[in-house]
Amino acid sequence: MSERPQPLIVGAGPAGIRAAEALVAAGLCPLVVDEAPACGGQIYRQRLVQDGRSTKDLYGSEAGKAERLHAAFAALEGRIDYWPQALLWNLRDGVADIAVGGTSRRVAYDGLVLATGATDRVLPVPGWTLPGVFTLGGSQVALKAQGCAIGSRVVFAGSGPLLYLVAWQYMKAGVEVAAVLDAAPASAKLNLIKALPLDPGIVLRGARFVAELRLRGVVIRSGIEGLRFEGEGRVSGVIWREGGRERRLACDGVGYGLALRSETQLADLAGCAFRFNQRDRAWLPVRDAAGRASVAGVYLAGDGAGIAGADAAERAGERAALALLEDRDLAIDKARAVTLEAELARIGKLRDALETAFPFPAHWAETIDDATTLCRCEEITAGSIREAVNRLDISEINRLKAVSRVGMGRCQGRMCSAASAEVLAAATAKPLDAVGRLRAQAPVKPIPLALQLAADLPEAAANLPEAAE
Amino acid sequence: MSRHLDIDVAIIGGGLVGSSAALALRGMGFSVALLDKGFCGAQASGVNYGGVRRQGRPREQLPLSQRAHAIWPRLKELIGIDGEFLRSGHLKLARSEAEMAALEAYAEAVADQGLDLELVGHNGLRERFPWIDGSILGASLCAGDGHANPRLVSAAFASAARRAGAHVLENTPVTGLTRNGKGFALEAGEGIGLSARVVINSAGAWADRFATDFGEPVPLSRIYPSMIVTEPLAPVMTVNIGMEGGGIYARQVERGNVVVGGERGLPLDDPDFSRPRGAGALAIMNRTAEIFPALRHAQAIRFWSGTEAAMPDRNPVIGFSGTTPGLLHAFGFTGAGFQIAPGVGEVLAELVRDGRTPTPIDAFSITRFSRPPVPPENHDRTSHGSGAGPHPEPQSRGAST
Repeated sequence: MSERPQPLIVGAGPAGIRAAEALVAAGLCPLVVDEAPACGGQIYRQRLVQDGRSTKDLYGSEAGKAERLHAAFAALEGRIDYWPQALLWNLRDGVADIAVGGTSRRVAYDGLVLATGATDRVLPVPGWTLPGVFTLGGSQVALKAQGCAIGSRVVFAGSGPLLYLVAWQYMKAGVEVAAVLDAAPASAKLNLIKALPLDPGIVLRGARFVAELRLRGVVIRSGIEGLRFEGEGRVSGVIWREGGRERRLACDGVGYGLALRSETQLADLAGCAFRFNQRDRAWLPVRDAAGRASVAGVYLAGDGAGIAGADAAERAGERAALALLEDRDLAIDKARAVTLEAELARIGKLRDALETAFPFPAHWAETIDDATTLCRCEEITAGSIREAVNRLDISEINRLKAVSRVGMGRCQGRMCSAASAEVLAAATAKPLDAVGRLRAQAPVKPIPLALQLAADLPEAAANLPEAAE
Repeated sequence: MSRHLDIDVAIIGGGLVGSSAALALRGMGFSVALLDKGFCGAQASGVNYGGVRRQGRPREQLPLSQRAHAIWPRLKELIGIDGEFLRSGHLKLARSEAEMAALEAYAEAVADQGLDLELVGHNGLRERFPWIDGSILGASLCAGDGHANPRLVSAAFASAARRAGAHVLENTPVTGLTRNGKGFALEAGEGIGLSARVVINSAGAWADRFATDFGEPVPLSRIYPSMIVTEPLAPVMTVNIGMEGGGIYARQVERGNVVVGGERGLPLDDPDFSRPRGAGALAIMNRTAEIFPALRHAQAIRFWSGTEAAMPDRNPVIGFSGTTPGLLHAFGFTGAGFQIAPGVGEVLAELVRDGRTPTPIDAFSITRFSRPPVPPENHDRTSHGSGAGPHPEPQSRGAST
C-alpha cells in the first residue's frame, strides 16, 4: 500500500456502499463515514431493533435489493474503515472534520466520494408545522426504522412517486390511510407512457400501488389545490380544493412532500462548481458522466448529486469509484464503466419522464399565503420575505438571508432554501436560477460547543482504523 | 447601455463607512454616488462580530469613537431601524493578575476620555455576573458600550442613503479612476461613467489598489475574522464580552443566539470569500463552553466569516490623500471599524464640505506610510495565556498604545 491517505466515502446508502465495494475490489481501503447507526441510506434504512418484521415487510418489492446491498456492505467488514453515527461537519483542503463518538477527528483523505443522499423537498402550506404533520420521507423512516406509524388515520399529500409508495407501505402495515392527495393533475399521469419502455417494472409497480389503495377504499385525488392542514395543538384534518369546491377530511397524521432535494453542502465546501438543474429545480454540483466533480479528486454519486433514485445511486456509486481508480492510474474494467454509464443514461431519461408525471406545482410560490411559515427554525413567514424583498429591493438569496434570517437557523437552509428561492423568484418575477443559491458554511449540521478535538494526531495517524460501534 | 452621472462626490465602497458618509453628505446637500462591486455592506461591515464599543481602543481613536458613540442610539431616526443595537455594556475579562493590571493601566490611561470604565474584582464578578466561570479574576466594565447586528445596520445605512437621494450603484465595480481638470472621471460597471469633484476611497480590503493608483501604496493586508453562532438559548449573557489579551469575544442577541468570535478564517480560491478553520473553530467553541458554563450543552449551528482590511499599526487610514487633491481615504479598520464607522462618515462629510473636521484624525493620515520606516513594536500580546488562538478581539486593541 502506498503512503497516500485513504479515500473517504461520505454516506453508506446505495451509492456509498457500491463505491466502497469497487474501491475494495481494487485493493484500496476507504474510510466510510455515515450519520446513521447502520448502512442502507434512507431507502434501505434498517430497523433499530429486531421487531419481527421481515425485509419483505420493510422494503416490499425492493427487499431483494435491500438484502443484497446490506450483505455487500457486511462483506466489506475488516477491509474498510467504517464510522457509523459520524457527522462530517467541515471539509477543507483535503482534510475532513468528523464528529464521532463525542470527539471531532481530523482526517486527511486522498479521493472523496460524496454520496450524501437527499431529503424531502418541503413547500410549506398552512399548518405544515403542526405536530402530526411529517414529510413523506419522515413518515417512511418512522415506519421502517422505528416500526411506528405517524398516526392512526393518515393522509398522504403532495406529489411524486414516493407519495403512492409510502401510502401503500402504510396501508400494508395496517394503518388506516384516509386519502392520497396528489397535487399533480390526473392528465400528467399520461406521461407515464413515456416511462413505460424505459422501465416497465417501475411504472407497473406504481400502477399496482394505486390499484391496491383504491381496492381498499382509499380516497385518491389528483390536481388538488389550496392544500392546508388544520388542528389545535395537533393536526386534526386536511382541507383542499378540487374542481372549485373545498373539501375536508379528518385525520391525525399527515405525510407531505413534493419530491426530493439533494444534500449538496459538502460538495459546496469541497469547492465544487454548481450548475442549475431545471428538472430538479435546484443548483447541483457539476459532474461528468462518471461522477467526477469540477474539483480533482472529488466524485459525486447518488441522490446527493441530483435526484435519480436508488437504482441509479448503486450504479453511480460504483462508476464514481471506478473514476477514482482510473484517476489513480489503476486498472479498471472499462466495459463495466461503459455499461454503468449507459444504464445511468437510461435511468436519467426515466426520471425525465417521471418528472412530467409529477410536475412541480407551478403556482405554489405565487399563491402561498403571507401568513405561512417558510423558515421554521427562524420563524420567517412568506409575507415577511416578500416584504423584505420589496422594501430592500432584494434579488439574490444570500442577500435575502442576510436581511431576513431565512436559512439562518438550525437547518442552515437545508429545509427552507428551496421554498424561499421559489418565493424570491416569484416575488421578483425572475427565473429560479437568477436568484442564486445559498452558500454553504460549516458546520453542515449543528455540533456541540463542547465537542473536543481528538488528541492531536499527526495527519497520517488520524487515519488509523477506528473501532466501529 | 451607457449612462453618465455628474456628481459632487463619488464614494467607492458601500460598506458602513461609505454609506454613512453618503448619508451625511446628502444631509449637507451634496450630490453623491455610492458604488459597490457587490452589495452594500456585504463585506467587513456586514459580517463582523457586531461589537459596538469603545473600551480597549487605542487612545488616539477615542475622540472619533466618542463621536460615533453619540450616533448609535439615534439609528432609528437616522436609518429607520435600530439595528438591534443594545447598550448592554461591555465587559473585558482578565484571567491573570497581569491581565488585570493591564486593564487597570488602560482605565487610568483613558480616564479623561469619558468612557466611565469600572473595574470589577473577583467578588464583584461572582455577584453581578455569576454566569461567568470562576477562573476569571476580574474585569473592566464599560457600561455605555454594547452590540448590534452588522448585517442589518450596514445595509440599512445604504438604503437610507438611497432614500436620501444618493445614487446607490450595487454590483458596479469601479474599473477606471483618473484625476482630470476639475475633479475625477470614473468608469464603473457596464458602461457607467461618472464625473465627480471629490472621490472617497472607502473600498475596505480592496482600497489599496486605488491608493496605489495615486502614488500612495499602503501595507494593507487581509484578515478573515470568523464567527460561531449557537442555537437560540435562554437569556444568560447580559453584557458583550471581551478578553484582555485576545482569545474569545461573545455576545448574546435578543433572539437568544450567542455569537462568538476569536477564530480567523482562511481565504478560498476566490480571496473575496473565506471560511473558518475546523480546528480553530473548535478551540474557540471549547473555550466558550469553559468560560460560560451555561453554554456547555449548547450547539453551534453556523459559522460566518468575512474579509477585512488590516494595517500593520492597527489604526485605520482616514483623511485626505497626500498626493491628490480631492481624494479622501477611509479604510483599513483592522477589525475595529463597526463602532466608529458612523462617526467616520460624518467626519468625511465635514472634510468634503469644510476641508477640516473638529475631530482629531491626524494619527490616521495615509502619509504615515510614506515616512521613513521606524522599527516595528512587538505587538504580540497574545502569546501568553490564550488557549484559544492568537487572535485578539476585533474592535479592541488593548492598552498597549
